[in-house]
Amino acid sequence: MIHTLDARVKFLLAIGFILTTSLTPGERWPVFILLLAVILSVEVLSELGILFVWRRALLALPFVLAALPLLFTTTGNTLFEFYMGKWHLMASWEGLERFASIAMKSWLSVQAAILLASCTPFPELLAAMRAVRIPRLLVAIFGLMWRYLFVLVDEAMRLMRARAARSSTSDQTATRPGRDIAWRARVTGGMAGNLFLRAFDRSDRIYMAMLARGYDGEIRSTPLYPLTAQERLVLTVGFLILLLLLTLAYLL
Amino acid sequence: MLYSPAPMHIPDGFLSTAVSLVLWVLSIVVIAYSLKRVSADLGERQVPVMGVLAAAIFAGQMLNFTVAGGTSGHLMGAAIATILLGPWAAILVMTSVVSIQALIFQDGGLLALGSNIFNMGVIGVAVSYMVYQTIHKLAGGKSWGIFAGGFIAAWLSIFIASLAVGLQLALSGTSPANIAIPAMGGIHAIIGMGEGLITLGALVFLYATRRDLVLAGEKPQPAGAAVWVVGLLIALALTVISPLASAHPDGLEWVAEQKGFLDTAQGPLYEIIPDYVLPGVSSEAVATILAGVIGTLIVFGVTLGVAIARRNRQSSNA
Repeated sequence: MIHTLDARVKFLLAIGFILTTSLTPGERWPVFILLLAVILSVEVLSELGILFVWRRALLALPFVLAALPLLFTTTGNTLFEFYMGKWHLMASWEGLERFASIAMKSWLSVQAAILLASCTPFPELLAAMRAVRIPRLLVAIFGLMWRYLFVLVDEAMRLMRARAARSSTSDQTATRPGRDIAWRARVTGGMAGNLFLRAFDRSDRIYMAMLARGYDGEIRSTPLYPLTAQERLVLTVGFLILLLLLTLAYLL
Repeated sequence: MLYSPAPMHIPDGFLSTAVSLVLWVLSIVVIAYSLKRVSADLGERQVPVMGVLAAAIFAGQMLNFTVAGGTSGHLMGAAIATILLGPWAAILVMTSVVSIQALIFQDGGLLALGSNIFNMGVIGVAVSYMVYQTIHKLAGGKSWGIFAGGFIAAWLSIFIASLAVGLQLALSGTSPANIAIPAMGGIHAIIGMGEGLITLGALVFLYATRRDLVLAGEKPQPAGAAVWVVGLLIALALTVISPLASAHPDGLEWVAEQKGFLDTAQGPLYEIIPDYVLPGVSSEAVATILAGVIGTLIVFGVTLGVAIARRNRQSSNA
């Protein structure tokens, strides 16, 4: 159901959801809970499986470390305290709340982004970006990059396999193969240079192929169909819900 | 697919709305100008060249080497893109790389994308260009200028960009300046060495095989002087501001407080549930727990309702 929805609607609603989450003040927990209910509902409708989305959402987790010091630097009622060497660390309830609200905002936003990416074929997403007036040239570069991404990833994999094939490996750290770090980095650098060289050559061939098919520098794309009444309705209702939540966030 | 997120990509939720939007505006202005520049310079070749090169930078980030005990160094690519393509095309290439990482792999947020483009695309490229051009000119066309310039440009671009990330986090009130900036700078001073060494290796390889590609960056760039000045200003500003902000976090805290104040100033017009304590419940702790239980019930209720509605529809369709 979410998969077949027009990409423009999904793109705008995902951005709207993330913006709403960002604009919600940190201590408005009821609104966060409602936002969570909204995103979970969409996850259920998308049939992706909530676990799938949550597993991928772990990707943003390491960054939470950046907000961890807030626990101790925010002044307020003491939650717990301990001594680390000669440092006296004191965590506060207020710090915990700020930390938790940042983690919550990040978690909500990344779920919306995962839903958008998982339910929308990339060419449709490109069309949606064109529809919201992102320059056609930039969208064309995105499109070409995406098309050759997996080709060049394969190229990089081949370079890595070649390195593995001409190297020996050992489980013991004492007999670790290869020389020092600088040498290993230079080998990798050579591989990167090789990859760029192959990319340059490939871009030449692609350009020739495009010319042969009548490319004249103009990027043409199929015109976008206007949104149907039903899609318009989904978009309007979606925005109304987000607006309602935002109003709640400031009224409460 | 083998994909390891770099600690440079800020996810959504970590920047305040104001910081995100300001950096979006700055990035959009720079991207719009770069598009104009590159159209004039590369002409109709631009789409294939930049698209494939962006894909190569993305794939190049997978080439890693073991540093020590399970950690590995890999490429971010702003410096090598700047050296091979010139600043304007490099900004577009890095914009594409960072955008695709956010859109497809959720590495970095969508609202934070403007800031990530600014840090890795604009700052990374401008600083790389400034360092590389300067050292290259100082070397007077000797090859050591290319290699030393490449290494230092790569290292400094990573380091300065990480200071910018730390500063943005501090401005958003997400992380105290005296912790965020030294931590980000410290980690990336080391990560930057890996970037520098790989960039150096790539330049050595390309210099030996396709010298024309490396020397292509030598020809005068349109508005190159402006990029050089901007790169220098950014590098100077961040190296001066960062220690100051770390030494006097109160100043930044004050700014953050002001902005935090702006964020909440329009806040409570009137209170429906004052301080989340339900009216009519005396004990504050009990009321807080009750509010939590009600909230959880709402989440489960709505989700369950949607799930049941969907199943009913499916069974009636079948």
